[in-house]
Amino acid sequence: MADNNPFPGENNTGHIWDDNIRELSNPPPRWWMIAFWASVIWWIAYGVLYPMWPTLDGNTKGVMGWSQMQEYKQGVDEVTAVRAQYETQIEGLSASEILAMPGLSDYTVASAKVLFGDNCAPCHGGGGQGGPGYPVLADDDWLYGGNIDNIQQTVTMGRKGIMTAHGKILSDTEIDSLAKAIEAGNPSSDPNFTQKGCIACHGMDGKGMAVLGSANLTDGIYRFMPADGETLLDSIKNTIKYGVNDVTEPKTREAVMPAFGDRLSKDDIKKLAVYVHKFGGGQ
Amino acid sequence: MSETKNVASRQQSVDDLYEESVHWHLNTGDETIHAKRMGGYWRNIKWLAASSWIIFFVGPYFQWDGRQAVLFDIPNRQFHILGVTILPQDFWMLSLALLFLALLLAVVTALAGRIYCGFFCFQTIWTDAFTWLEEKLEGSPQKRRKLEKASLDFRKVRIKTTKHLLWLAISVLTGISFVAWFYGAFEIWRDFFTLKASPVAYGFIAMFTAGTYVLAGFMREQACFWLCPYARIQGVMIDQTTIVPTYDYHRGEPRGRIKKGVSEEERTTGDCVDCKQCIAVCPTGVDIRHGQQEGCIMCALCIDACDEVMEKIGRPTGLIRFESFESMEANKKPQPLYKRPRVWVYSAIMSLALVGIAYGLTSLAPLELKVIHARQPLFVLQSDGSIQNKYTLKILNKMGEDIQATISATGPEGLILVDADQVTTARHGKVTPRTVFVKVPKQNLTQETTPIVFTVQGEYNNQVLSGDRKSVFIGPRL
Repeated sequence: MADNNPFPGENNTGHIWDDNIRELSNPPPRWWMIAFWASVIWWIAYGVLYPMWPTLDGNTKGVMGWSQMQEYKQGVDEVTAVRAQYETQIEGLSASEILAMPGLSDYTVASAKVLFGDNCAPCHGGGGQGGPGYPVLADDDWLYGGNIDNIQQTVTMGRKGIMTAHGKILSDTEIDSLAKAIEAGNPSSDPNFTQKGCIACHGMDGKGMAVLGSANLTDGIYRFMPADGETLLDSIKNTIKYGVNDVTEPKTREAVMPAFGDRLSKDDIKKLAVYVHKFGGGQ
Repeated sequence: MSETKNVASRQQSVDDLYEESVHWHLNTGDETIHAKRMGGYWRNIKWLAASSWIIFFVGPYFQWDGRQAVLFDIPNRQFHILGVTILPQDFWMLSLALLFLALLLAVVTALAGRIYCGFFCFQTIWTDAFTWLEEKLEGSPQKRRKLEKASLDFRKVRIKTTKHLLWLAISVLTGISFVAWFYGAFEIWRDFFTLKASPVAYGFIAMFTAGTYVLAGFMREQACFWLCPYARIQGVMIDQTTIVPTYDYHRGEPRGRIKKGVSEEERTTGDCVDCKQCIAVCPTGVDIRHGQQEGCIMCALCIDACDEVMEKIGRPTGLIRFESFESMEANKKPQPLYKRPRVWVYSAIMSLALVGIAYGLTSLAPLELKVIHARQPLFVLQSDGSIQNKYTLKILNKMGEDIQATISATGPEGLILVDADQVTTARHGKVTPRTVFVKVPKQNLTQETTPIVFTVQGEYNNQVLSGDRKSVFIGPRL
């Protein structure tokens, strides 16, 4: 073929079909070849420097010894180092001392946000707004006291208040009358309040006692908010009738705050106490 | 006698031109353009315009109030421009400034073509500086071509090395000068040589050094042909009234060489003597006689060259001149500026941009307040019967020093801002957050959301500064 090339000097390969269809031999542009070989060199260098080739028991490690896991751990160590100065301070201080230090309490709030989201938000809501059957943490009405130590104790030990189901003790009319007085914010206006022993737990003025965890019945804030379609009055009556955590009453209100003392570290609980205190209701 | 002598000397200079003209041919991109340098009116204008770039080199060294007069401090997110400090929050002004500059480019192009390219563009100026150096070191274009072809001997190596070192020096200076606007002029010199500058600074200097060296040293007019977008869109910016360097072919054609012994009165050719000086001096190597074309950066050097030739041979100058298509073709007088709609539209938009910038600069608030209402919960009932809302306030202090700021709020009757007397240190140039609680007696709320205004106040240099922001107070559904 090549001996008798009818198209000399046009750089064809000498492969010619049907008289004039021929294969040309045009190399790719220089820059393209440079880029091509540079990529090949890059690939080889990469294979030497980084983990790349599978072997029978894993893969080549690469001469740089780089691994994703190690980079991750390095990143975690960096963050831990930044946090260390605050964390060591928190370790040596009480929750109330942390609360009093502006810089440290700002760090604590930022740090406790995740803790709160993981452990507390499912019941109390992301902003401490409470939920059906679960108390609001953002207000200043506290069953067991709202200072930082009370909060810390609540988180550590948990809480479980008890109110006897009064449906067996009181008549429906008495319950009705008591509920109306409570809804009006003035429970002691009903003589039943004193006569039937409510004052034993809720106090003479109906403002509750933090040591017992009994509710303040005068401030319009209710531990058990009405369910959908239920009036506030009905809700109050239900609480009186069936009590709270009364094992003898199947329809009783359930109200249990689990203890976190064995689940979270002391420092985490301190952080959470500061975080909850700063929701706006801490005392 | 003197008449004959005159004719003889004129003939001599024409002969010289023709002898030279064999060297000049059109740019096809496969060889370096070695443009001839000639003096002239436009050449002087070009130097003058180029000198405006001196600001780029010396600008960073000026001081203002004890700091660099113009410093684009990116790590601290502060732009200092003379007495004004601009923070990212005021950045909308930058878009107006860019709008203004983009339209300035458009209006200039609409009126006088690509004079930005020819007189102000860094690519043109740096290339001009580089070729000026080249001419000083290697000599005239002919000598440069010869040197290019010459075999590698000591002289060639010496000249070339000197040239490239000088080019690199200019490139590094360009890089450092650029970074100086962002880094601090004195700091960058110190850190550059003590190897203490940040990798980003070194990276930028390296990029600008490489860019300057390659673009002005090697790419040159090819950058205008193939890289620059502005060169390609100029076609839609110019119109028939735009004045551009134009070869008057009515006058010039048919072009023809000056023949010996033919007197001016007898000649049958036009004014163009085909000496190719216009191509010789062209930095992009185009032939302006082909008419307006993408390679022409409108630097007007061909006008200088042609005028000089015309003066030499005693024909009127202006064979190549700034002229619009309209007046060249239709022989119309140029339209006055105020009768062109483009001028009106462009100036209207530019004025709007300027007014916006002026408004922005005069209303720069030294203390700015942003209010974020807590979303969860929107409000909380307190045991004293009041409704409490939680807000995160973000205090932006644009001044040079920290300010002790207090917060106040006005809104529904009986409003109480919890811890109102607490003082917050608003860090300068930064946003300082503070969480506040506002309580309002429930009975004072007449609607679900009530407007509330927060005010931040602080003292700076014995001057009370304040900023406020509207928000809402949210209560239960009534």
